[in-house]
Amino acid sequence: MTFRIGPRTSQVIAYITLLLMTAITVIVLLFIIVYILKNGLGQLTLEFLTDSTREMGKEGGILPSILGTLFIALFAILIATPLGVGSAVYLVEYTKGGPIRRIISFGADCLAGVPSIIFGLFGFIFFVISMNLGWSILSGGLTLAVMILPTIIRTSEEAIKAVPHTYREISYSLGGGKLDTILRVVLPSALPGILTGVILGVGRAVGETAAVIFTAGSSLGLPTSVFSSTRTLAVHFYILAREGISMPKAYGTAAVLIIIILVINFIAYRLMHRFIARYY
Amino acid sequence: MKDKIAEKLLLFIALSAILSLLLITFFIFQQGIPLIFKAGLGNFFALKWAPTRGGFGILSMIVGSLMVTIGALAVGIPFGLAGAIFLAEFSSKTIQKTLKPIIELLAGIPSVVYGFIGIVILVPFIRETFGGPGFSVLAASVILGIMILPTIVSISYDALLAVPNTYREGSYALGATKWQTIVMVLLHAARSGIVAGIILGMGRAIGETMAVIMIAGNALKIPGSILDSVRTLTSTIALELGYAAGDHRAALFACGSILFLIIIVLNIIAIRITSRK
Amino acid sequence: MYKLRIRQLSLYYDSLQALKEIDLDVESNEILAVIGPANSGKSSLLRALNRLYEIDYARITGKILLDEEDIFNIPINDLRRRIGIIFATPVVLPGSIYKNIAYGPRLHRRLKKKRMDELVCDTLKSANLWDEVQDRLDDSASRLSGGQQQRLCIARTLAMQPEVIMMDEPCSGLDPISTAKIEATMLELKKDYTFILVTNNTKQAARVSDRTAFFYLGELIEVDKTQKLFTSPVDSRTDDYIRGRFG
Repeated sequence: MTFRIGPRTSQVIAYITLLLMTAITVIVLLFIIVYILKNGLGQLTLEFLTDSTREMGKEGGILPSILGTLFIALFAILIATPLGVGSAVYLVEYTKGGPIRRIISFGADCLAGVPSIIFGLFGFIFFVISMNLGWSILSGGLTLAVMILPTIIRTSEEAIKAVPHTYREISYSLGGGKLDTILRVVLPSALPGILTGVILGVGRAVGETAAVIFTAGSSLGLPTSVFSSTRTLAVHFYILAREGISMPKAYGTAAVLIIIILVINFIAYRLMHRFIARYY
Repeated sequence: MKDKIAEKLLLFIALSAILSLLLITFFIFQQGIPLIFKAGLGNFFALKWAPTRGGFGILSMIVGSLMVTIGALAVGIPFGLAGAIFLAEFSSKTIQKTLKPIIELLAGIPSVVYGFIGIVILVPFIRETFGGPGFSVLAASVILGIMILPTIVSISYDALLAVPNTYREGSYALGATKWQTIVMVLLHAARSGIVAGIILGMGRAIGETMAVIMIAGNALKIPGSILDSVRTLTSTIALELGYAAGDHRAALFACGSILFLIIIVLNIIAIRITSRK
Repeated sequence: MYKLRIRQLSLYYDSLQALKEIDLDVESNEILAVIGPANSGKSSLLRALNRLYEIDYARITGKILLDEEDIFNIPINDLRRRIGIIFATPVVLPGSIYKNIAYGPRLHRRLKKKRMDELVCDTLKSANLWDEVQDRLDDSASRLSGGQQQRLCIARTLAMQPEVIMMDEPCSGLDPISTAKIEATMLELKKDYTFILVTNNTKQAARVSDRTAFFYLGELIEVDKTQKLFTSPVDSRTDDYIRGRFG
C-alpha cells in the first residue's frame, strides 16, 4: 500500500519549510549583530574611540583606525563618484544600445564580480609598487575606488533611468541643451538614488579587508598625509582577532564596524525609499 | 559646442570601468603567467608548495577552493532559494519590505566579522560536536554559505518577480496549488535568473578571502574529510603576500591569475545568461 | 506677414510617416487651432516646429520658416526659446514654483535677483496664477492642483519671452473651470503672442481660435477661418469630424 501526500498537504509542508528556512536566515543575521553588539558595546567608551592604539592593540583605543578608515573611504568616494556618475550619465543619456554600451556595461558587471583579494593584488603591484605610492592612504583609496566603481555606476544608472522622460522633454522645450538638462534637471532629480549608491560604496569600503591590507598597510600611527600608511578598522579587527591580541578590544572594534554598517544601510534604505516613492 | 566636449569627456569617463578591468587583467597576468611557464605546468598543477625552494604546486589549494565552494553552495542554494521563493510568492508587501533590507544587510556585514563569528562560535561548536580541529571545510562552507545567501536571494527573487502573472493565473486556472505552480511553472520560467544568481554566488565563494583564512585552518594538504583543515587559493595569497619576494611573489600572482580566470569565466557565463532575454 | 511658413513638411518615425507634405502658414498674433482625430499628426506638427522631434530620433523633410528665416539656421536653443510648447499633462520640474519659472531664463542669460523676481511675478500674473500662489512661491510646485500646474507651465513658457506658444491639448486633463481660466489667458495674451492650439475638443477650437486647421492621418485636409470651417467645410471628412461622426 502506498501512501500519497495530497497537493494541499504538500503545500502546507512546503510553506512551513520555506518559512522555517527564511526564519533561520533572519535569525542568523540578527544573532550575528546582537552577539557582536552585546559583547562589544561595553568596550565603547569615549576613551576607546579617541585614544591612540598602544601595544599592538592590547591597550588604548582605535582612533588611528577610525581616522584611517575615514580617510580611505572618503578618498575612494571622491575618486569613484565622479567616474561612476559620469559613466552612468553616458550610459543612459548618450548611448542607445550599440557596442559601446555593451562594452561599458560588461566592464562594470565584470568588475563587480572581481573578488577583493584580486583588487588587493592589483593595488599592491600597480599603486604600491609600480606607481611607487607605497603602503598609503592614497594606494588604499585608489584601490577601493576601482572596487566600488561598479556599485556606483549601477545604482546611478538605475536612478538616472528612473527620472521621467518628460522632465528632459520640458527642459529641451525651454531651450535647454543636453548638458543643461543633465546638470539642472536629471542629476538633481536622481540625486537621492545616486547618494544611495555612494553610501553603499562607503559601506563596502569600510568593511573591506583583503583589498586594503596590501595597499594601505597596517601601520598604527596617526595618519599625517595621504602618503601615510594606515590600518583601517576592518584590518585592525582582523589582526586583533586572528592573532588573539585582545578579545575585548576585538569585540569593541567589531561593534564599531557593525554600528557603522547598520547606520549606512539604514540611510541608504531610507534614501532609496524616498526616491522610489517619488518616481515609481 | 559645450555639449560636444561634454559628450567626449563623458565617454572617456564611462570607459573607466572597462579600462580598470583591462589594467587589472594585465597586471595580474603579467606578474603571474611567466612563473607558470617557468615552473612548468607539471610542477604548477602539483602538490608540492614550497615557493622559496622551487615548489610551485597549487593543486591542494585548487581542490581546497573547490571544496569550500561546493560546500558553500550546498548551504547557500537551499536557503537562498527558500528565501527567494518565500519572499516572492508567500509574503505580503509589508513582509517583503522588512525582509528584503534585512537580507541585503547580510551582504553589508564585513567578511572579517563573519570570520570572527566563525572563530568564536562555529569552530568551537564543530570541534565539540564532531571532533577534529574545528577549523575545517565544514566551518568555511557554512560561513561562506551564509555570505553568498544575499546574492542568491536577491537575484532569484528578481527573477521570480519578473515572471508574468499570467503564468500564475494560467496554472491556478488548471487547478494547481500555489506550491505546484511554483515547482512546475515559476522555477522553470525563472531558471535563467536563478542560475545566474547561483553562479555569481559561486564567484563570491571562490573569491572570498578573509573569512576563509580565519576559519579554514589553512593546512597545506588535500583534506580527507569535511572536518579537516583546508587551504584555498585566496588564503595562500593573503597569508603570504606580506612577506613574499621574487619567484614566491610571482607564484602568488600566478594563484591570482588562476583565480581571476575562474572568476572572469563565471562572470561571463552569468552575464550571458542574464542578458539573453 | 506670416509668423511661420511651413512648406512640404513631412515627418518620419523610422518608416512610419506621421506628417505628409504639409503646407501651412501661421499669422502673427492669431490663435490657430489644429484639430483632428488621434494619429492625425497634430502633435508631430508641434514637435517639428521647435525641432523637439530630434530627441525622438525622428526625421523631417521640407522647410519651416520663422519670420522668413529657416529654423535650421537658428541655433536650436534660441529656436526653442522663441517657440514655446505646453504639453497635455502638466509636468512641473522638481523644486519650487519660483525655480520652475526661473529655469528657462536662467538657461539663456544671467538676471539679477530683483529682475528675476519681477519676471516671475509678471509671468505668473499673465498666466492668471499670481493671486493663488503669491504667498508660496517657495513651495514645491508639485503641490499645486492640476489646473494650477498647467498655468504654471504656461507661466514657465512665458518667462522665456517666446514669440510663438504651441499648446498640445493643454486642457485635456482639466475640469471646466480650469479650462475656462486657461482659455481666458490665451485670449488675453493673443495681442503679444502667436498661438498654435492642438485640441481634441472642437468646441474649444470654436471658442478661442481665429483659424482652424483640420488634420487627418498626417495630411492637412483644410484650413480656414474658424467660423467658416465649422459652418461650411469644403471637405466631407472635415464635416464628418466636426459633427462627431468619427474620431
